[in-house]
Amino acid sequence: MEMSHDKEQYIYTSNHLQDTEALAAWLADVAIPGTVIGLDGDLGAGKTAFSQLFAKHLGVKGIVNSPTFTIIKEYEGRLPFYHMDVYRLSMDEADELGLDEYFYGEGVCLVEWSQIISELLPEPHLHLFMETTGIDERKITIRGFGSPYEDWCCNLNKNGVFKS
Amino acid sequence: MSEHKIEEQPCYILAIETSCDETAVAIVKDGHVVMSNLIASQIETHKAFGGVVPEVASRKHVENITLMLDEAVTASGIKMTDLSAIAVTQGPGLVGALLVGVVAAKSLSVALAKPLIGTHHIAGHIYANRLVGEIHYPCMVLVVSGGHTELVYMKQEGQFEVIGRTRDDAVGEAYDKVARSLGFPYPGGPHVDKMALESEESIVLPRAWLEPGSYDFSFSGLKSAVLNVINQRKMRGDDMNPAAIARGFQESVVEVLVTKAIRAVKAYDVKQLLLCGGVAANRGLRAELSRQCDKEGIDLSIPPFEYCTDNAAMIGAAAYLKWREQYFTSLDMKADPQLSLEAWGSNSID
Repeated sequence: MEMSHDKEQYIYTSNHLQDTEALAAWLADVAIPGTVIGLDGDLGAGKTAFSQLFAKHLGVKGIVNSPTFTIIKEYEGRLPFYHMDVYRLSMDEADELGLDEYFYGEGVCLVEWSQIISELLPEPHLHLFMETTGIDERKITIRGFGSPYEDWCCNLNKNGVFKS
Repeated sequence: MSEHKIEEQPCYILAIETSCDETAVAIVKDGHVVMSNLIASQIETHKAFGGVVPEVASRKHVENITLMLDEAVTASGIKMTDLSAIAVTQGPGLVGALLVGVVAAKSLSVALAKPLIGTHHIAGHIYANRLVGEIHYPCMVLVVSGGHTELVYMKQEGQFEVIGRTRDDAVGEAYDKVARSLGFPYPGGPHVDKMALESEESIVLPRAWLEPGSYDFSFSGLKSAVLNVINQRKMRGDDMNPAAIARGFQESVVEVLVTKAIRAVKAYDVKQLLLCGGVAANRGLRAELSRQCDKEGIDLSIPPFEYCTDNAAMIGAAAYLKWREQYFTSLDMKADPQLSLEAWGSNSID
């Protein structure tokens, strides 16, 4: 029955990297053990930049670089941070990698190119879709699926974070 | 030289490398003489997917490994019982792929009652240089591959200090993504190199120098700049000329890599610069680095192509450091996808 109603989607307009950082910081602040965030967008949309800012605000020290080659990179912040990039995988291959241990673990998962493995993501999750609208401008579409992600979106909205 | 004093008997290390998309087995004598070096290239399988596919890789490793072990021993002309130790890539890499090599190495270690040496993949790439000549310490290493872009300072043998690394994409990854966006076939990196060398025209793209004095690298801005050029031309309906974009991209990458490596060589006052990793096969990079080192009077070591890409001979060369120390790995060793180079060098892996 959850499947039958349309999930509300919110649009976050980022005029420069600082705006993206504000969103990343807000999400890093509310993240709890087991948080799963899917992150999609074309090459160059700013997924890795968003991930780095999110990691910084989650308290990860040092460099967070691209996990494309190794698929998963683990870091220690306020909570364990699992940075994934499934660009090189198919659904079947991802299934055999045992990602559930991360998704249902004690840390925070941020999955770049998550739509490739959409069926493997836990039903409750937050999804961000980034689009390039100018050199520095980005449109970020945010959808919350289940608890607590729908509430996060509501709270972001109430705080006047969404610009349209 | 000095190793003869320590080791009267020849040391034969059987080395296994399965950290990514190659199943490789080699036998290396005394850390620098390659007795056999076999690579079951899976590149044909991967072409269909447009990249390295980890699951396919793990399954392929399992199918390949026992046959490869047999063949490597046969090709070397020595007997299994002549082996001194079994070395294997412990990390970094894809955990499923690493595990295949680790399990094979442990089994062989137990069956033959020979010590096990867990080895760092990047130390392997670095010591690929030992397969072609002596390394003169202190030295600086420029590591360039699909997953790594690092400057490593080595004060002495086996001691590693990473002084610079990529803050976002690795150089090989940037090559692959740019190749994809230009519609080049897999493997994209060599194709960009080829187009760049053939093109007369070049589109100037930005260089990411980062803050003054930094030895870190960043390639995601350059990747975005390439995408902007492609999109703008598409929107205007202009001709694309992918070769000119490839050349502009390669010139930006090479200039930054070469400039930072040479600055590091001077700042650390080292005796030698080593190049290694899969992107060390890039002809544009080799040529420009050689030219600049000639000009500056820097001793440059570059392994031949077959030792630049993933192989097991390099793992045998790096493992020999631990053989000389008689520092072996216990059988409960775990494959470690995030293994630290510094920790491996100083025998402080927990």
